[in-house]
Amino acid sequence: MHYHWNWRIYWQQSPDGSGTYLHTLFVGLGWTLALALLAWAIALLLGIVVGVIRTTPLRWLERIGNAYVELFRNIPLLVQMFLWYFVMPELVPTALGDWIKQMPPPWGAFVPAVLCLGTFTSARVAEQVRAGINSLSRGQGMAGTALGLTLPQTYRYVLLPMALRIIVPPLGSEFLNIIKNSAVALTINVVELTASARAMQEYSFQVFEAFTAATVIYLLVNLVVVLLMRLIERKIAVPGLIGPSGGPAPAGH
Amino acid sequence: MFSGFDFNVIERSWRYLFFDGMEFTLRLTLFAMAGGVVFGTLLAMMRLSSIKPLAWIAGTYVNVLRSVPLVLVIFWFYFLVPYMGAWVVRSDTPIHVGAFASCLLTFTMFEACYYCEIMRAGIQSISRGQVSAGYAIGLNYWQTMGQIVLPQAFRNMVPILLTQTIVLFQDVSLVYVLSITDFVGAASKVAQRDGRLVEMYTFVALIYFISCFALSLLVRKLQARIAVVR
Repeated sequence: MHYHWNWRIYWQQSPDGSGTYLHTLFVGLGWTLALALLAWAIALLLGIVVGVIRTTPLRWLERIGNAYVELFRNIPLLVQMFLWYFVMPELVPTALGDWIKQMPPPWGAFVPAVLCLGTFTSARVAEQVRAGINSLSRGQGMAGTALGLTLPQTYRYVLLPMALRIIVPPLGSEFLNIIKNSAVALTINVVELTASARAMQEYSFQVFEAFTAATVIYLLVNLVVVLLMRLIERKIAVPGLIGPSGGPAPAGH
Repeated sequence: MFSGFDFNVIERSWRYLFFDGMEFTLRLTLFAMAGGVVFGTLLAMMRLSSIKPLAWIAGTYVNVLRSVPLVLVIFWFYFLVPYMGAWVVRSDTPIHVGAFASCLLTFTMFEACYYCEIMRAGIQSISRGQVSAGYAIGLNYWQTMGQIVLPQAFRNMVPILLTQTIVLFQDVSLVYVLSITDFVGAASKVAQRDGRLVEMYTFVALIYFISCFALSLLVRKLQARIAVVR
């Protein structure tokens, strides 16, 4: 086999003029992390709201919540990316659509990508939040009512503080997922880590070095997040519970 | 809202979308599911094996592939498969492998990691007494696994395996990054040729939604039925 390995390629100048290939990869990593973190903020916020309304006694609210989750779960992420990037600017009022289309280069794709990843993940977070609230004994909600709390107060002071602490481990794996899913943003020209590796491969022809670097960086990021999550889980665990146990793996990524 | 749009483009191109695009997507999904379940079950057996190196290899393989984005794995295999082919047939130059074969290998190897974790949970849910009973009546490891443990594990896990297959069906859309004509690829070619991005992508989203939602309802029904039988 004739493949010319060249591991020193990382320290050579990349033709995009910004520095070495390694530098290009790290810029890509920066975009990956920015995408993941911003989208995560949206996902948590929306996910908690949707998860909560799916557990309220109001049937029509529950229906809306269910529809929301089904909508984002049954369309491939790639297609959702295209909907946010190509379709959304055409459906909003013309002035707003034009403004979106005229955003300068990285932002024109970055903003739709953040919105797409955020809403996509929010449906999955909502599923966890609902499971967390449903895992609490019914007595907790009743105790809230008995104390004279209103429904919003019961959620705010009784149900959510417990539920959110219980679902920290699955939320951690959702955060790992959002980092991986951010690679799909390369299809709308966000130059995140995978796209940087692809660009490096196209300029330097060192296919395997480029993808090896990207893989190692993803693995390291994964490791850091897992360690951080372990720390957070220990800090936030509810005293007196058995703690997170390894149930059967749910489907999905 | 839809005044400036032309939905006739769908009428003009639906044959291409479904008979070229969707045909590829479905074929890839079904073959990758079959391959992924078989390979995933082997991986699960390795992970649960008492032979430590085997368990370690399978565990590392599964954990690494589950830590990187599918898009990156698709790129890896796209460039790696010609070299693997050359190694297999002892050729000096990378050999040409067709788009379908390359994608099939990618998705089989990748989804096997997820099927593996499902099958592992399935195997672990079977009582240990079943294995002991198998050995007690003189069956060997493969017979015990093949005739006692796996059929039950598989049966218990069918709903989750099918849910994972719906995920796989959606994941296949990512072959778009290799410019392959799957369902999304076909739609995007038409969309760009005719300048009808909004109509085409909305249609694609609608078709995916209907099919995935219907399938997930079916899985839920099946789940309820299996639960009743037990």
